[in-house]
Formats: sequence, C-alpha cells, structure tokens
Amino acid sequence: MFTWANFFSQVFNGLALGALLALISSGLTIIYGTLGVLNLAHGAMFMMGGYAGYVAYDATGSFIVAVAAGALFLLVVGVALERGVIRHFYHRPHEDQLLVTFGLSIVMVEVVRLIFSSLSKTVPAPAMLSGITSLGITFYPTYRIAVVGIVAVALLVLYFVLYRTRLGMIVRAGIEDSEMVDSLGINVDRIFMVVFGIGAMAAGFAGIVNAPIVSLTPDVGEAILVQTFVVVVIGGVGSFPGAVLGGLIAGEIISITSMIDPAYAYIMLFAAMTLVLVLRPYGLLGVRGRE
Amino acid sequence: MSANSHSRRDFLRQAVATGAGLGALSTGLTPFMAMPVWAKDEPPIGTWPGGSQGNSVGIGAAVPRTGTYAVQGEDELKGWQLAVEHINSGNDLLKKFSPKTSKGVLGKEVKLYVADSAAKPNQAVQAEQGFITQNKIVLMTGSTSSAVAVALNKLAQREKVLYVTGISGSNDTTGKDCVRYGFRQNFFGQTAAAAIAPVLVKQFGKNKKVAYMTPDYTYGHTVTKAVQDATKADGWTTVTNQVSPLGAPDFSSYLLNIANSGADLLINVNWGHDAVLSIQQAKQFGVLDKMKLVVPYQVPFLARETGGLMQGVYAATDYWWTIEDKYPLAKAFNAEFEKKYGYKPEWGAANAYVSFAHWARMVEAAGTFYPPAVIKEYEKGETIPSLVGDVNYRPEDHQCIRPVIIVKGKMQKDMKNKEDFYDIVEIIPGKGLMQKPDEFGCKLGEYT
Repeated sequence: MFTWANFFSQVFNGLALGALLALISSGLTIIYGTLGVLNLAHGAMFMMGGYAGYVAYDATGSFIVAVAAGALFLLVVGVALERGVIRHFYHRPHEDQLLVTFGLSIVMVEVVRLIFSSLSKTVPAPAMLSGITSLGITFYPTYRIAVVGIVAVALLVLYFVLYRTRLGMIVRAGIEDSEMVDSLGINVDRIFMVVFGIGAMAAGFAGIVNAPIVSLTPDVGEAILVQTFVVVVIGGVGSFPGAVLGGLIAGEIISITSMIDPAYAYIMLFAAMTLVLVLRPYGLLGVRGRE
Repeated sequence: MSANSHSRRDFLRQAVATGAGLGALSTGLTPFMAMPVWAKDEPPIGTWPGGSQGNSVGIGAAVPRTGTYAVQGEDELKGWQLAVEHINSGNDLLKKFSPKTSKGVLGKEVKLYVADSAAKPNQAVQAEQGFITQNKIVLMTGSTSSAVAVALNKLAQREKVLYVTGISGSNDTTGKDCVRYGFRQNFFGQTAAAAIAPVLVKQFGKNKKVAYMTPDYTYGHTVTKAVQDATKADGWTTVTNQVSPLGAPDFSSYLLNIANSGADLLINVNWGHDAVLSIQQAKQFGVLDKMKLVVPYQVPFLARETGGLMQGVYAATDYWWTIEDKYPLAKAFNAEFEKKYGYKPEWGAANAYVSFAHWARMVEAAGTFYPPAVIKEYEKGETIPSLVGDVNYRPEDHQCIRPVIIVKGKMQKDMKNKEDFYDIVEIIPGKGLMQKPDEFGCKLGEYT
C-alpha cells in the first residue's frame, strides 16, 4: 500500500544508504583510476576496518578512537600491501591483478575468522547518536542520520585532497597519464603507494562507520563489494564524483524499488547497471577511453 | 541389457524372499536380517560396493563455513564430528540410537570429508560430486539452506548415494523435491507453523495484522506460506511481506516498509546472519517497539548474537538444550557435546548428531551398505530413539515424524546461566503437525 510518508522515508533512506555506498566506492574508484588495479580486496579491507575499530572500542570504550583505529590500521595495511604485493602487479595483466587481490581478500577474511570466529560482533553507536529521531514524516535511527553527515564530511575531505592539493593534482594527472607524470620527474611510485594507502583507509573508515549499523562478521565485506562495483560502474570507473553520484543512485534504487516490490530491490540495481553499460559504457561521469 | 538385469534382479529377489522366508521359519530370523545375501548379488550402484570394500567408509559433508550461515554451519559440523567419533569408538550414547554399533559402522571406520558450501547449491553439489568420485563416499550430508538440500537431494537420486539433510526448513525438501535417496530428521515450515500458530493466537489474540520478512528462496517462501495458512482461520492477515535476497547487506528499506505498514506483529523468517542483522536493525528502526517479534524457524545462536532482543520472543525449534530435564538422551548428548566443545549444543548440532546416529542404525540393521537395503530399513518406519523421544521416518516422504518445541526468550533476570536463553513453552508431538504425505507433491522415485 502506497503512502507518501513511506515514500519520503524511503527517499531519505536511499540518501543515507547511498552516502555510505559512495564512501566505500570512492576508495575503490580512486585506486582503480590511479593505479589501474581493480582491488577485489576492497570488501575485505572494509571488513578489517570494522574489526580494527571493534578491537579499539573494546579496549577503550571510545567510538572516536575506534573510528581512528579503523582508518589508520587500514592505512598501514594498505601501504604494506602495496609495497609487498600490489606494486609488483602494476605492469602485469588485469587477470593477475584480479587474482592476487582476490587471494588477498580470502586471506584477510579467513585470518579474521580464525581470530574472531564467525559469530557477529557489535560496535554500539556512541551514546549521543543512539536512539531514534523523528523526521516528521517518519522515525529514523539517529546514528544513520549522523552517518550522512559523517560521510559528507569525509567525502569533502577526500574531494579537497584530490582537487585542491598538489598531491591530488598529481594523483589526477596520474589517472590521465602516469608516464607523462613520471617523465616530469615526479616519483610516481611513491604517489601510487600513498594512493593505495588512502584508498584502503577510505575502506577502513567506511568499515568502522558502518559497524554500528550492521554487526560485524568476517563476511560483511563480500556483499558490500558487489554493490560497490555496481556503484563504480554506474558512476564511471575512476571518477570520484561518479562514485558519489553512483552511490546515491544505487541507494535510491534499492529503497524506492523495495517500496513497490521488495523482491526486486537488488534486481533493479543490476538492471540499472546493465542499462548504464549499454547506453554509456564508461559510466555516467566517466570519461570515454579512460581505463 | 536392462531387461536382462531386471529379470535377473527379480529372480534374485524372489529367490531371496523365498530363502529368507524359509530361513525365518526354520531359525526364527526376520526376512530383513537375510538382506546381506540379497544385496551381495546386486549389480553395483552408486558408490556401492566400491565405497565400502576397504577398512573404512567415507561421508561427505558440504557445510557452510563462510557466508550468511557460517555460524550455524560450524555448529552442525561439530554435531557430525561428535557422531563420527562416537560411531568409531562405540560410545554408549550412540549405542542408544544404534545398539549394534561397536566400532565403526558394520565394523568399518567412518571418515568425514568436509567442504565449505557457503550455503550455495552449486558449490555444495561440486564438493559432494568430488567426494563421490574421489572418495567413493557412502553417505552425503550438508545443507544449512534448503536450496542446498534440494540440490543435494537431486544429486543423491542421480548418483544413487544416500543423503541425510543438515538443517533444512523448506516444505519442498520432503515435499515436491523429495527423493528416494534423501532423508530429513529435522522439523520444517509446515510443522513449525502448525505448532506455533495456536500458541501465537492464544498469546496475541485473533484478527492480527502481520508483517513478514522472507528470504527469497524455497525455505523462506514455504515457511512464510505455512505460517500464513496456519493463522488464516483466526483472522490473521498479511499487511506486508518483505522478500529479501540471502545475505542482504542491509534491511533498512524493508524495515521502513514494515514500520509504515501498521502491523501488530513482525514474523521474521530470515535465517542465519540475515536474522541477526534484520532483528538488530528492526530494533534500530524502532520496529520492535511498535510490534511483537516472532521467529517461526529458530536460528542457532540467535539469542546470543542479538544481545537480549529475543527476550519475550516466541520461536519454534527443533531442539533446545533445557529439554534435558525431560529426555535423558538429550542430557547425555548435552554433556558429551559440552565436554568436547565447551558450550551447549544448538539445534543444528543436535540434528547433525541424530541424523548420523540414525543412519548408523539403519545400516547396521540392514547389514549392508547397499543403498536400497538401507533405504528400505528407514522405510520400515520403525519407532526409534532420538534426543526428543521416540520418532519414526515416514516411508512415503522420508520425513522424520518428531516433535516441535515452542520456546520463548527468557528475560535477563530469569536466566540461570549465560546459555539459559529460552523457556520451553510446549513440546508438541510431530504426528498431528504434519501434512498428509502426498500433500506437497512428494514422489520419491526409484530405488535403483
């Protein structure tokens, strides 16, 4: 039964869901856009961010510390992986990159399972953000509303770094033509390490911010990874604004379709992706020819 | 050629029947105890006789160790492992189920091969196919998802290798997708609904508006329909049914629809981590403050994982450890299980243990691993022990007729220990709960 109250709550829910998807996708798209590596371990990194935050929360009881821990731990993991494994794959075929990142994701997931078992773990939302808030038309979990704000700030920071700093300029130049950047005497190698670290950090940050919403299991990244790819394909591979737009579109599709027929919510998401692939293979905000 | 083999088989069968009859007359043996003679002369079938000619026999388990049902899969696996250990050591508890078991089954050590199914049918079938080809297993098990159970049913019938389900709640498993080679010990949608409906109506009254959460596959659809049918007569209506994919990463949009639906009750059929997440998020969205939660097909570890959200919630289940006050075998099983694994068994483990114990009994009674002979042993429908009192397998659809237990989540203050999550409300005998054998379209198929 259609009601306007439900419609508006679903539109808002789509925004909240989309914001989170945008944050997770941004890390993936930055890495792919710059390094050309499709990082299948992104979901596992998202999951590890949640668990790092969980450990920190368990030890300190502070959500802020948990968020910092989730993000920083993954920055370290990201840099270590880039130096130890990923950089050896920049000049190898895409299949090799897929296989190695997929393998890494299995290792990460199973190590976490070994330590924490498959039983779910919860990180509660901070006290001031727990409970339910009335939006007039509907009630909505306070923390989820806060997440929209948190994500907006995080995306703005990422935007600032990518578009308003020298580092960002080099990164974006690297996306366009890494050989040219290299020949200009810039140490592309180090930039790549930083980019992979930032991408991993974005995944870790999203993982811990998402933790109070979902209860953690070692498999939490797997389902989200699929959606993240959809977001990136819709928005345009390698495009940061595309990830944001794609995230919001995906969130709204899931939410609004579920109101009409919940069984089709995720099917419609893939239908939309297919449509984009047919009409605009490089994504809504992607640039033709960039890979 | 097949005509020849048939006529040969028919001839043998008659000869054996005659011989066995004469033998029974002269020695007092029952005809079935003469089965080994009959089986020995049969042409090879499935992995028989190759799989049971050595000193050991193999069982293949395709169980989810990753994904949405991983927690429940691990619990099941422990139940199977304990059963295998007990079969091989001739443990006293196992002998209660299978008195003839001394060491191994028919004197052969049992080996358990395990593969991760991730609750995906194709992965489970691939794993079992591998075990059949490489290890010549004599029995398959697995499933914490009815989609897997149905797929393995079909594999069992095609490969002529016996299959006992793990957890499987769909009516279809012993209904329209039943097979001659498959057997189910545990309860399922129809029995769960028939058992819990009167309790719910008594508790919450007639003419209620209900919101359902249904996972989008055979288990979800059949359980939801069964509960809808069982409560229809008392005026319960469905105001919304939120169907979601297995392993959905978020339930917010479904829960908003439910929050805005005006329902009095939320009947959540989701399972595994989907149940945990949807219940936790229902709390976050204030849904649990507006309507009462019911879980018609209880999920192992759900109370533990949802941290207090199951308090006061009604659920139908296969087994809950506190029935040990009433059933001595349950008490012995709980003790053995806890000694080995350090926690009270959940129903997945109990079902796993019992289904292996029953299989061991049937093989011992048949005196052979020859699958048709073992199947016929089950099909005698004899009353046999289980953890929930005496039960029997229905020959028409291979479903075990067993009680359903209605539990209610205990309040924190009433919990006597950290695993005392539920009160037993009622233990309802299985017979009156089950549909007629042919009601869900079961046609078992051939023996050979």
